[in-house]
Amino acid sequence: MSKLLELKNISKIYGELHALDNVSLTVDKGEWIAIMGPSGSGKSTMMNIIGCMDKATSGQVIFDGKDISKESRRKLTEFHRDKIGLVFQQFHLINYLNAVENVMVAQYYHSMPDEKEALEALERVGLKDRAKHLPSQLSGGEQQRVCIARAIINSPELILADEPTGNLDEANENIVLDIFHQLHREGTSLVVVTHDDEVGLEAQRIVRLEHGKITSDKKNDNFHE
Amino acid sequence: MFFRMVRGTFARQWKKMLMIAVTVALGASIATAMLNVMLDVGDKINEELKTYGSNITVIPQSEAVISKLYDVENNDVQTEYIEEEKIGELMTIFWANNITDFAPVNDTLAELNGTEVTLVGSWFDHHLEFKKKGTVYQRDTGLTNLRSWWDITEGEMLDEQKHSENCAMVGVQLAAEQNIRSGDTVTVECSGRTKQLEVVGIFESGDDEDNYIYTTLDCEQELSGCGDMMKKVEVSAITSPDDELAVKAARNPSLLSGDEYDLWYCTAYVSSICFQIQEAIPEASASAVRQIADSEGKILEKTQLLMTLITVLSLFGATLGISNLVTSGVMERSQELALLKAVGATNGEVTLLVLTEIMITSVIGAAAGYFLGFAFAQVIGQSVFSSAVEMSGMAAFIVIVLIIAVTLVGSIPAIRMLMRLRPSEVLHGGH
Ligand SMILES: Nc1ncnc2c1ncn2[C@@H]1O[C@H](COP(=O)(O)OP(=O)(O)OP(=O)(O)O)[C@@H](O)[C@H]1O
Ligand SMILES: [Mg+2]
Repeated sequence: MSKLLELKNISKIYGELHALDNVSLTVDKGEWIAIMGPSGSGKSTMMNIIGCMDKATSGQVIFDGKDISKESRRKLTEFHRDKIGLVFQQFHLINYLNAVENVMVAQYYHSMPDEKEALEALERVGLKDRAKHLPSQLSGGEQQRVCIARAIINSPELILADEPTGNLDEANENIVLDIFHQLHREGTSLVVVTHDDEVGLEAQRIVRLEHGKITSDKKNDNFHE
Repeated sequence: MFFRMVRGTFARQWKKMLMIAVTVALGASIATAMLNVMLDVGDKINEELKTYGSNITVIPQSEAVISKLYDVENNDVQTEYIEEEKIGELMTIFWANNITDFAPVNDTLAELNGTEVTLVGSWFDHHLEFKKKGTVYQRDTGLTNLRSWWDITEGEMLDEQKHSENCAMVGVQLAAEQNIRSGDTVTVECSGRTKQLEVVGIFESGDDEDNYIYTTLDCEQELSGCGDMMKKVEVSAITSPDDELAVKAARNPSLLSGDEYDLWYCTAYVSSICFQIQEAIPEASASAVRQIADSEGKILEKTQLLMTLITVLSLFGATLGISNLVTSGVMERSQELALLKAVGATNGEVTLLVLTEIMITSVIGAAAGYFLGFAFAQVIGQSVFSSAVEMSGMAAFIVIVLIIAVTLVGSIPAIRMLMRLRPSEVLHGGH
């Protein structure tokens, strides 16, 4: 299987604190990885670096065979909007735009807003009938699904999700996991940060972080499509 | 999409936007008021300063009575003249040395290529000799000095030594309308008499005279058939500023006491010079032309400086106000703006969004401020300069440029903050 992403000796240092300490990790195309670890272990830091929203103090990030760690901020932004879809722990939506418009914002900054496509994305997350609702009129689970629709609208190669189910009840968690399975079947790579063992066990591979270091990196034998 | 987002901001942050608009409106209104007043009243006063090269006019007494009675200047009514001979008397009065220049100014309606125009006959650099009681007075005088502000745009100033009496100077506007160039010969007709005049120069005066045609006094007298007569004499004299005594004397010199009369007579007040002119030429009426004195010109300059300062300060204040409001607006929205960046917006795109919102607000504010300021300018114009202020396109243009600059400069801190905004820090908050 070909490599999608490679972190080589990545460190992120805040003053004295090594949020990431010489981390190396490879993500293959189409792979679904869970990143787990205690609070403060550097999971979000790693996501930010992969998602081009932050730069490492040292080390290389190679995406699709291209070293992006030296690129300018603008290049990184372009790169990230073409290749990566982000899902956050809090459901970050623009609160004066309705669901379909929130999805269209991502299209707007990527290429061209297309309401039909945006509605299709909402349909995939089961929210077609809520398209005209404002975020305040949606439940937490529904908001998170809008975020996922927004993340997938530009057909990214990689979905990065930081605690996507952290604020959801079980029913909604299952809906989100179903969507992830579906995306995985379609060949999208997924990197999902989670505290939750149940969510972690849905992935093909589980990487554990502690104090900025990878302490284990195992294939999940219980993985099923 | 873009405008949907802009609209969303207005819907949500309307209070802040309103405050920005009000700040801009205030700045713009003061700038508009000051600029309009400066450009317009300044022009007017300067024009007046220019126009009144002479400060005394001498007209036939009968006409003075008529124009005082009817308060009109009517060429048809004018039948009385002053003999040209008499003008020499001006060199004999007590304050003769204070009279710097004088010239007869005869205007008449004439036809130039079928259009009615005002034809003025006068002296240019006339050499005058006058004998009285065995003394010979002489003087070079004329429009060359009395119209020192004329801008000769083509050709040269008429020179009585060099040019024949059938030469003319044409006002720039008239020249443009009739396509007259210096060197051309024009045909002028007046009361059935016709003359060919050679145009030696085109002048720009900045007032009605730009539509006139000027020629020598002799030429005008021949055309209008009035003989050696003058309709009006313009006199430029150095005068002392009016004081109480001058005001009292101006009402009626005969009411002054003997000492007062002597003092008044021997002071170069406009009124005493006029009085002496009338003594020397009894059939004439001399009166002062309202003229803005130098000191008033200086006050104008200082006022303009003050107005410039007020404008600069108000715009500076507006810049600070905008800067505060925009920065706090961006701070309030940092999450939303960071999200846009996380979704793929570049710094440029986010800046464009924020600037568009601010610019729309500014434009609305500036438009409101412009009209407010224009009303304000009228108030200032009427109360301070007792003159209506015209709407100046120049002022509008300057205000627009200033407001755009103020808005942009005021937005700099907010935009710098926005550039530094890291989605990772804002969105993943609470590590
Ligand atoms: N901008 C920053 N400045 C300084 N320290 C930071 C910054 N961001 C993160 N850190 C520190 O780096 C460490 C790793 O943080 P990170 O957010 O990656 O943890 P995490 O594994 O995501 O934790 P959680 O599960 O609570 O979200 C923490 O100790 C955090 O305090
Ligand atoms: Mg985290």
